[in-house]
Amino acid sequence: MKNPLLQFTDKGIYCSVAKVYLDPWKPVDKAIITHGHADHSRYGHKSYITHHRNVPIIRHRLGEINVSGVAWGQTFTINNVKFSLHPAGHIIGSSQIRVEHKGEVWVFTGDYKTENDGISTPYEVVKCDSFITECTFGLPAFKWTPQEEVMDSINNWWLENQAEGKTSILFGYSLGKAQRLLKYLNPDIGKIYTHGAIENMTEVLRPLVDFPATTLITKETKKQDLLGNMVLAPPSAHGSTWIKKMVPYVTGSASGWMTFRGARRRRAIDKGFVLSDHCDWTGLLESIKATGAEKVICTHGYSDIFSRYLREQGYDARTEETQYGEEETTEIEEKIIA
Amino acid sequence: MKNFASLIKTLDSTTKTNTKVTALAEYFAKASDTDKVWTIAILSHRRPPRPVNTTLLRQWASELSNIPSWLFEESYHIVGDLAETIALVIPSNPLQTDKSLTEFLEEMIHLKKKPEEEKKEYLYNNWKALDYYERFVFTKLITGGFRIGVSQKLMTKALSKATEINEDILAYKLMGNWDPKTITFQELILEENENDYLSKPYPFYLAYAIENEVHDLGDVQEWSAEHKWDGIRSQTIFRNDELFVWSRGEELVTDKYPELEKLVGIIPNGTVIDAEILPYANNIIGTFNDLQTRIGRKTVSKALLKKTPVILKAYDILEWEGNDIRHLPFIERRELLEKLFQTISVIENLPFQISETIHFNSWEEVAKERERAREMHSEGLMLKRKDSHYLVGRKKGDWWKWKVDPLTIDAVLTYAMRGHGRRSNLFTDYTFALWTTNEEGQKELVTFAKAYSGLTDAEFRKVDAWIKKNTLERFGPVRSVTPHHVFEIAFEGIALSKRHKSGIATRFPRIIRWRHDKKIEDANTIEDLKSLISSTSITTTE
Ligand SMILES: [Zn+2]
Ligand SMILES: [Zn+2]
Repeated sequence: MKNPLLQFTDKGIYCSVAKVYLDPWKPVDKAIITHGHADHSRYGHKSYITHHRNVPIIRHRLGEINVSGVAWGQTFTINNVKFSLHPAGHIIGSSQIRVEHKGEVWVFTGDYKTENDGISTPYEVVKCDSFITECTFGLPAFKWTPQEEVMDSINNWWLENQAEGKTSILFGYSLGKAQRLLKYLNPDIGKIYTHGAIENMTEVLRPLVDFPATTLITKETKKQDLLGNMVLAPPSAHGSTWIKKMVPYVTGSASGWMTFRGARRRRAIDKGFVLSDHCDWTGLLESIKATGAEKVICTHGYSDIFSRYLREQGYDARTEETQYGEEETTEIEEKIIA
Repeated sequence: MKNFASLIKTLDSTTKTNTKVTALAEYFAKASDTDKVWTIAILSHRRPPRPVNTTLLRQWASELSNIPSWLFEESYHIVGDLAETIALVIPSNPLQTDKSLTEFLEEMIHLKKKPEEEKKEYLYNNWKALDYYERFVFTKLITGGFRIGVSQKLMTKALSKATEINEDILAYKLMGNWDPKTITFQELILEENENDYLSKPYPFYLAYAIENEVHDLGDVQEWSAEHKWDGIRSQTIFRNDELFVWSRGEELVTDKYPELEKLVGIIPNGTVIDAEILPYANNIIGTFNDLQTRIGRKTVSKALLKKTPVILKAYDILEWEGNDIRHLPFIERRELLEKLFQTISVIENLPFQISETIHFNSWEEVAKERERAREMHSEGLMLKRKDSHYLVGRKKGDWWKWKVDPLTIDAVLTYAMRGHGRRSNLFTDYTFALWTTNEEGQKELVTFAKAYSGLTDAEFRKVDAWIKKNTLERFGPVRSVTPHHVFEIAFEGIALSKRHKSGIATRFPRIIRWRHDKKIEDANTIEDLKSLISSTSITTTE
């Protein structure tokens, strides 16, 4: 029996004809990378291929690596297998990978969302036979509110805190979420301060997107300067001494997990905003339908539940274990640069 | 309803006590009298009876949201709260509603007797028309049990702020049996009415666990110690030839313990006793497990009364000759209690004993007595300052509990289940097994306890990653895993039990640490676990 075009191996998703891995989690010779989050782009590969916009991101994260950038829709052929990258709408420079061989088309989504966030190139439907999809939020309980409404409530929250003379501290991953928040925070309300991890990443992305001005918090920053202003910090900073010095403050977190009342309480966050860079339930179902795929492989998230539902809807769907989906956990372990 | 929903949202979205008190006080200042009464009732767990059972709620919610029922159940398991799950999965089309909290509750009370079709329609209409948070609160009112970090104490504080009535007086007024359907705010809070006080208990005085060394409590002579019994803390009221038994959860449980009726007429009217309800068959204090057979039943059969009779083990006396004596020093109250006990102890087989206080000359002696806790079938010691008043609620300083160290055993991880909420992507609920020898003489693992807490987030992530790679079988949200990891499990109590596969029930099992240093062969056996049951306390439960 011939091998499927893409296989799940202990190193990652593998195309044996082209001898190329997609987002491998162990060191390999040739890797095509969907996006810059740590669970998708790891150290130690001999060569990386990714979208142009992701090149500065992974250089920043991984240092001097052998990486070549390609454009959206640009086809490159390896051993007769045609590859191309298409926008995934997840974060800046995030792609889906299209793989075509002998008329058979596979698409690997990496992480994606269907809502246009205005900074990541919007998600594009790519027709295929087999669709490898993430399903981080693959439960009917997840339904996103439009970004505009969420950002309005975040800015209003900032105003309320300011009126009480308090500093607003908003948590979001340093790559992706932080820039999305920054883009839509209203700089007329006050100054936007940043944690080192976010400042550095934003600096890397400034040539690509127009962001409001930020001020890095340093040892010299005085508590009084922060009052009434906004601080953007990675989730790992929650509960740190770096934060404790900013009293009086109010904390908020922007994440899909904030859907659950318990999630906010367990982390002792004052305010939760439901804002995700992944698809919600409807987003997943609609995009799967739009691809026209018959075969669906579900990776990280509620993959067992989601693939069972898909099977009941008539898809040939199954689950594969990967080592993705540690976005949250790797972010928590992100070093705090105070 | 809008105001109530937004109150609940505020209470639910802050961890700060001050913010909660302010939000409640503001609400109480604005709300109508009937809404106030209902709010107090709901926050003190006096909701009206459930108009629709949860099976139907789940079925209708999955129908309305157009998802299969298994998917609804999976979602419920992950979200962890039924009302929240329903609020999340129902597609909504919010309309404005001006119906008040009182109107909603009255509708729900009437709904109980309505035919199923009408119930379904009522739910459909409201679920669709309410916005997300109102829908959550509405469903919570139906399912009951708001757990939003508002204690009775916090609510009383806010009410006191809004009404300018003293907090302790309010706490007293709010206790006991009152019906939000019939009582007015005037009657409940504002009026003085002697007759209402007949069944009213005093607020319980609760102790914190001791934080530092006992020596830090100062001169041992100033302290009185007694065993902390492992039953149900209760207050028993003798007034007007009537008996009222209250549990610590402020539940009137008189009917569950008919054997205590014997004390009416023997213990004089105008007496209130603080005591532990303990199982006491054949003159031996039983385990909490024995008591469990009594707690769950509304009516008690003769057979059960005979098999698991209870007694009161008295700690304290709060009312004597109709007077509130909580302000007297502890030792004076104890003298009264002991005198009472002496006079009535001439009567045989009374379900009434005294929890002996023990006086010591050094903290070392106290520590020795604590070591005897298991032998005595107690959880440890209670330390009470001899001159302490009987205070209201959980207070630090005069009373401390000093529990014995838990029992521990090394067990093998065999099953894992997803956690709830943020942890719902992680496998954090574990089942543990111990070794036993089967009929063919082979060693095998038998599950004996489930435990959730005790590991750090980082450890949970490690175990989770391991579980995902070492799954043997999947049963819905549960996975069996290769026996490989050993954990030290602690628990508070242990008893033989026919209900459990292992033949043993443990109380409050929790993970103490991950024993990386142990292989599964090093884990303990069921026999080891049984040997922890001291020979005197062997009792069997169904
Ligand atoms: Zn990602
Ligand atoms: Zn991912």
